[in-house]
Amino acid sequence: MHAPPRREFADMATRVTGAEEMIPSRAKLCEMFRRMLRVRAFEESASKLIAEAKLPGVLHNCIGQEATVVGACMALRDDDYMTGNHRSHGHPIAKGVSLAPLMAELFGKSTGVCRGKGGSMHLAAFAAGSLGESGIVGSLMPVAVGAGLSARLRDTDQVCLCFFGDGAANCGPFHESLNLAAIWKLPVVFLCENNGYALYTPQAQSTSVAHIAQRASAYGIPGAILDGQDVLAVYSGVMAAVLRAREGGGPSLVESKTYRYCEHYEAGGPANPPIYRSEHEIAAWRARDPIRLFAAHLQSSAAIGEREIEAITSEVLAEVDEAVAFAEQSAAPNPSALFEDVFT
Amino acid sequence: MSYITYQQAAKQAIIEEMRSDHRVFVMGEDIQVYAYADVMEEFGPERIRNTPISEIGFFGAGIGAALTGMRPIIEGGFSTFLYSAMDQVVNQAAKSRYMFGGQASVQLVIRLNVSYATSSAAHHSDRPWGLFAQVPGLKIIVPSTPYDAKGLLKSAMRDGNPVLCFDDSTLLSSSGEVPDRDYTIPLGAAEIKRAGTDLTIVTLAATVGHSLTAAQMLAGDGISVEVLDVRTVVPLDRRTILDSVTRTGRLVVVDVAPRMCGFASEVAATVAEEAFQHLKAPILRITAPDVPVPFSPDLERLMYPTPERIHAAVRKLYMKWGRSARRDLDLYHDSGERQLPDGNASSLP
Ligand SMILES: Cc1ncc(C[n+]2csc(CCOP(=O)(O)OP(=O)(O)O)c2C)c(N)n1
Ligand SMILES: [Mg+2]
Repeated sequence: MHAPPRREFADMATRVTGAEEMIPSRAKLCEMFRRMLRVRAFEESASKLIAEAKLPGVLHNCIGQEATVVGACMALRDDDYMTGNHRSHGHPIAKGVSLAPLMAELFGKSTGVCRGKGGSMHLAAFAAGSLGESGIVGSLMPVAVGAGLSARLRDTDQVCLCFFGDGAANCGPFHESLNLAAIWKLPVVFLCENNGYALYTPQAQSTSVAHIAQRASAYGIPGAILDGQDVLAVYSGVMAAVLRAREGGGPSLVESKTYRYCEHYEAGGPANPPIYRSEHEIAAWRARDPIRLFAAHLQSSAAIGEREIEAITSEVLAEVDEAVAFAEQSAAPNPSALFEDVFT
Repeated sequence: MSYITYQQAAKQAIIEEMRSDHRVFVMGEDIQVYAYADVMEEFGPERIRNTPISEIGFFGAGIGAALTGMRPIIEGGFSTFLYSAMDQVVNQAAKSRYMFGGQASVQLVIRLNVSYATSSAAHHSDRPWGLFAQVPGLKIIVPSTPYDAKGLLKSAMRDGNPVLCFDDSTLLSSSGEVPDRDYTIPLGAAEIKRAGTDLTIVTLAATVGHSLTAAQMLAGDGISVEVLDVRTVVPLDRRTILDSVTRTGRLVVVDVAPRMCGFASEVAATVAEEAFQHLKAPILRITAPDVPVPFSPDLERLMYPTPERIHAAVRKLYMKWGRSARRDLDLYHDSGERQLPDGNASSLP
């Protein structure tokens, strides 16, 4: 069973990365909370839309993984890069991209971030450093290495954050990318969103080690295991790796233990998945819902009051409604767009 | 002007570009001590970058560097190693710009040694320009001379798109006049290597030379052959091909690659669709057969178009469909998978 993280993961993160306590400002805490809500509300809305057959294609939602997605992205600077995978609505949202063009992309509209050519699995927002997402598992790991190499050759201190899943950790590109980044000491943070499953395959069945981060030692780089439901743990763990990369210390392999509540993908019709995980397991993870955990933390630490949480929540819900309205009202791509952007 | 080899000309293009633009750098296996050893001092190990045997890794890294403003050159080694990086080339390099709605540009050149006719067997012998021409988003250059190698590579490096440069290994040590100055040859501009009036041969890479030799022999038979070197498979200069066939009325396509869905098929289809009314003869493809490359030189020797085979096949075509044609001749039996480059079906079992 893919168990919710225990205490020692967080301890290990601190020990392995040597991260000091990195306390985000109050404004940053609010923004983290807002972005986590944005990711969830965006996907819940998309989920509803696809059930109503209003979206083409399929969706891979990350509901349940918001602390990992947002905690990691908030450790980046605006000019840092990131690469995603197929479960990547959250990544550009967490990097600060506005919702309307992302939602329009899910509709395949001309106003989408990719002008309707990419869709759910291939969002990209280059202006925000999002270098794209990919329907091919593991395939952007080498591309992230290249972004890190480019930062080095251009003599900037940009970092590239590379999101990938526990399933991707068993793909060939994982090995080549970690080794390349390690021998070249590139500013790349490899962040494994370990949600316990690759489609229906539990990690234990596909992976020879208990923790993906254990493989870091094979590349001579730091590895860390984070409580992926605790946005502050993710933030500080990833921040430690980002700072290290920025200062020329090279890559890290960070594993964030998390969980997706939803099915692997949604396509509108009934999901009918095989039985591959227990109700008990799902309930155990839901009991540590990242948004509820963070809201409770914010209130108990008196960082944000209940009233403010409510205000942020209703603002985010309104934003999502506006994004959907924008997408629905947007024009379909012009037929001429079929032939555009094959080449420069 | 210098008299240098194809390989030297290609390298000259890259080195000149590295001098004029700091974003240009080269990656490949063992290049520091081998192909680029003489310029290590000038550029250093950051810009002449040795890689481990990680084709997925460093091809992908080239794409990531290109997406973020660099202009990498990948020395990919044998063209067959390209398949190890197939996902990066086909799914990432070729599709990123389109899929991301024009946000991305992948200014990346990948050089590949198209080795064949060296008894290296099938894992080191292919001619995959047709295979990759099926991937929208990739440009493909196939130079046939040192002059073209430098000029086309310069255009490729400045093009802004992913470009595969297939270097025909049988040409790498061939020499020719190459200007020392900076010059470019536009992608998508075929060159008429020899003018003629009776028949057009469309070809590329080493078979340009073979076709020119064959054209000389055919002139002795009283057949005036125009030879056209496409120089780039993508973009393909359809205009020049169609203009030529409109004048000559007959088309032969020569290619060392396999036949099925290949470069020759594409040229043939284009002419059949667009210039049918000008055709005075069926179109003939002279290609390698659809078999993996065998090791034994006795077998491999049978595979490729040579000047003699081109001469023989064109002569046969012309006997039946030329100016004083003998239409009663039954010259073609089978144009299927056993077609050998002399225009005859193999009689082997
Ligand atoms: C190269 C490749 N193989 C298989 C697939 C089919 N596939 C899509 S997602 C997926 C599971 C990926 O698991 P993981 O990396 O853990 O990401 P998660 O879906 O759990 O977020 C598979 C097998 C694919 N898209 N690409
Ligand atoms: Mg997974």
